[in-house]
Amino acid sequence: MIEFLMSFWQTYNTLFYTVLVHGMLALSIYITLACGQLSLGNAAFMGIGAYTAALFTMKLNVPFGIALLAGGMLPALIALIIGAPTLRLSGVYLAMATLGFGEVVRVAFLNMSITGGSVGLNGVPPKTELWHLFAAMGVLIYFFLKLKNSRFGRALEAIREDEVAAAVMGIKTTWFKVWAFAIGAFIAGLAGGLNAHFTYFLSPREYGFDFAVDILTFAILGGTGTFWGPLIGSTILTILPEMLRFIGSYRLALNGLILVLVVIYLPNGIITVKKKD
Amino acid sequence: MLQLENIVKDFGGLRVLDSLSLQVGEGLIFGLIGPNGAGKTTLFNIISGLSRPTAGRVIFNGTDITHFAPPSIAARGMGRTFQNIRIFKELSLMENLLAGMHRLYTYSPVAMLLNLPIQHREEKAMREKAMEILELFHLAGKAQRQAESLSYGEQRKLELARALATSPKLLLVDEPAAGMNPAETEELMGEIVQINNRGYTICLIEHDMKFVMGVCRQVAVLNFGELIALGTPEQVKCNPQVIEAYLGKDVCKL
Repeated sequence: MIEFLMSFWQTYNTLFYTVLVHGMLALSIYITLACGQLSLGNAAFMGIGAYTAALFTMKLNVPFGIALLAGGMLPALIALIIGAPTLRLSGVYLAMATLGFGEVVRVAFLNMSITGGSVGLNGVPPKTELWHLFAAMGVLIYFFLKLKNSRFGRALEAIREDEVAAAVMGIKTTWFKVWAFAIGAFIAGLAGGLNAHFTYFLSPREYGFDFAVDILTFAILGGTGTFWGPLIGSTILTILPEMLRFIGSYRLALNGLILVLVVIYLPNGIITVKKKD
Repeated sequence: MLQLENIVKDFGGLRVLDSLSLQVGEGLIFGLIGPNGAGKTTLFNIISGLSRPTAGRVIFNGTDITHFAPPSIAARGMGRTFQNIRIFKELSLMENLLAGMHRLYTYSPVAMLLNLPIQHREEKAMREKAMEILELFHLAGKAQRQAESLSYGEQRKLELARALATSPKLLLVDEPAAGMNPAETEELMGEIVQINNRGYTICLIEHDMKFVMGVCRQVAVLNFGELIALGTPEQVKCNPQVIEAYLGKDVCKL
């Protein structure tokens, strides 16, 4: 039994890392969805966080914690700069702006010498331990729990439900949307930094449009009524491909089928908030 | 309290408000009536900051708010409801009101994260206040229900309750009785008067003449973006221009 557990752990312990990193990314998009905004830039924010944190530890030799913090702060700063003009408007402008932004970031990674161009960065020191990820996730869950029944959480919900009504009640809609977007970028950047320090290797291809859509799928599959939804969604979508390994190349098709079925039969996601009536 | 100076609003080549000047005095229930398309809701949108006038000024409590954003206008004490109901359907009644009270809270994000007592104190006080307002509208028993589950008339009342929860000095109410049956309308009239007695100034748009004549102390009549009459309900309802444009002869005999 113990031997089985040991071999299971040896084979699958990286899966735990990935589940937690994807969980963080799902939460990073959830906070913008919570106020009705769609960000397609979270993969790019993760990439910026990953490169920033990795370069801080590799070139500047700073303590891991400071590198991670830098990896979260830079995306948050960029989000404030992109968000301030685009989030004044309501509607799909954030989605459009972040879609373009993600492409710009990918091309920048490909062409800058400091990021290693198309080769990427090799030899990022392995500093991330599983407990770091659990700690980060714990802090995030605490944050979202506190947010839920606070005036700030309610303001986000009000904006998601009806932005105009929220504004005439005195809720500063632009301010909330920009901060939600920046906090999301911070979480994505942090996840990127943590991820970089256990994969050893960074490639610009990992942070493109495909992954931005994957992150969105985590949240949609799990349901965006509460932050538990995206966490469940990301966990399922990370573990599922592993469980379906035996069917070989059909697994992407099956993956897609499961998604379609969920969208048809559980349009609000797996975690549907029970309605009171 | 509210002063409109030569408000003009053009939509493309169409002039919907033409040099409109009005004053709403403190403590009044002020009625704004007129046929569909007269520009009543457009005027509300301009006052609450959702739309900018082409020319003219809006003065609220001595401040020129013409170019203020809606949240800043709300922060100065203006609340409103909408012709097409805009409650937060997926939230409970209580949450609708608490969201409305957003600007009355003072605790910071840090207080939220550190679980400081000020948060619990404020949340408790706000819940009590919200409950009081819900009681005023006979909705207290349904505080935890989802807003969407309410009947149409109740949803209108909830929206009014939410606007009241922002503690406005001036309340703009757009067609509160639309879609209500006579009994509900009657009850709403009582509630509007009660709110007014508590010191809130109210400006309302309404097509139900019994409602307008019953609660308003002053009435302005708009037609094609122009003010055609202003006065007490009695003065207005027999004004020949108003009869011609909107009311017909029957209302005068009421």
